[in-house]
Amino acid sequence: MKDAAHLLRLAGLFAFGIVLFLLVRQQVMPAGFGKYGHFRPAALDAVRARPMTYAGRSTCEACHDDQLKVLQAGKHATVGCESCHGPQAKHAEDSSTIKPVLPKSSQLCPVCHETNSAKPKAFPQVVSAEHSGGEECKTCHLPHRPKPTK
Amino acid sequence: MDMTRRFFLVLTPAAAAFMDRTGGAETQPQSKYLMADHYWAMTIDIDECIGCGNCVRACATENDVPHGFFRTWVERYSVAGWPEEHPDVDSPNGAFDGFKDKPAKPGTKSFFVPKLCNHCEHSPCVQVCPVGATFESPDGLVLVDKDYCLGCRYCVQACPYGCRYIDPEKQTVDKCTLCYHRISQGETTACAENCPTGARTLADLKNPKDPVHEFLRNNSVQVLKPHMATGAKVYYKSLDRSVR
Repeated sequence: MKDAAHLLRLAGLFAFGIVLFLLVRQQVMPAGFGKYGHFRPAALDAVRARPMTYAGRSTCEACHDDQLKVLQAGKHATVGCESCHGPQAKHAEDSSTIKPVLPKSSQLCPVCHETNSAKPKAFPQVVSAEHSGGEECKTCHLPHRPKPTK
Repeated sequence: MDMTRRFFLVLTPAAAAFMDRTGGAETQPQSKYLMADHYWAMTIDIDECIGCGNCVRACATENDVPHGFFRTWVERYSVAGWPEEHPDVDSPNGAFDGFKDKPAKPGTKSFFVPKLCNHCEHSPCVQVCPVGATFESPDGLVLVDKDYCLGCRYCVQACPYGCRYIDPEKQTVDKCTLCYHRISQGETTACAENCPTGARTLADLKNPKDPVHEFLRNNSVQVLKPHMATGAKVYYKSLDRSVR
């Protein structure tokens, strides 16, 4: 019977240790840790919480369907609106006060169409200094439907 | 009897509190986005890339990437006929300002290679993080918990693709999130949105209607450093074998 008391005390100590471990674990572990893997699920929400700067083409198309028709008829049909017009999420939220600034075509167009030997050969390229001599591209080309107009 | 009662009194609230902490956390966002329905990847068509740098600028704007650091960048490869193992690679300011033309020697093959985090399935960066601040999410992204990152830089040196940097302000690691804040709301990434030639496309491998499946079936596709078995999920079409 004396031995049984020893064992009981030992078992009690062991149980106390487990409870202590659980309590400490509960205090130091972030909420939900391990739900999706070895990380804190709240971190996912933190990454997702960022506001968007680019509204996305579908948002632009919702209002500017007239421009969309012109765009779709030409070679620039698949070019995203904001790749030329810049980030417009703020404009999409409040179109009355925040107006986009029209990009300068003589600086914008060469970003893609300036000749570079590493570009794919089929891609239309010009040496802009020789091609237009610094004149605005849109005097001859419509940016939304870039076939020359004169 | 006394002993068991004491244990009962201690154990029950402890167990209750424990259950509450693990089970009660609300982690799904307010929107209808379900992580189990997606598995994100990206496809890059080298034949389409014109090295304009739109993706680099868009990424920096969308994610407030500090000047001189890159979550995505574009490299120009100039591969002479021989030796093919040592191509001439340059990426001035990560192609933030595009590329100036460089006269190519005859017989040289030149092309652009956009790079970004490969969101590896078995990511080396996740394996080395000592505090579990870098992790693979169930929808296939490698993300960083900035509140737990110590800034120890283990992951920066572990990434075989050089895709991580230390945020100079916060001194924690930062990287491409594949625009998680955008794709979880049904938009595409900032780089893909602003790629004028469609060289980059966001892909959802779990969506049976996603064109990525046709893309992978009909083209010969490579990933970077396949010998490292990282399970990279940025698929390159027409990638030259000299690309590392």
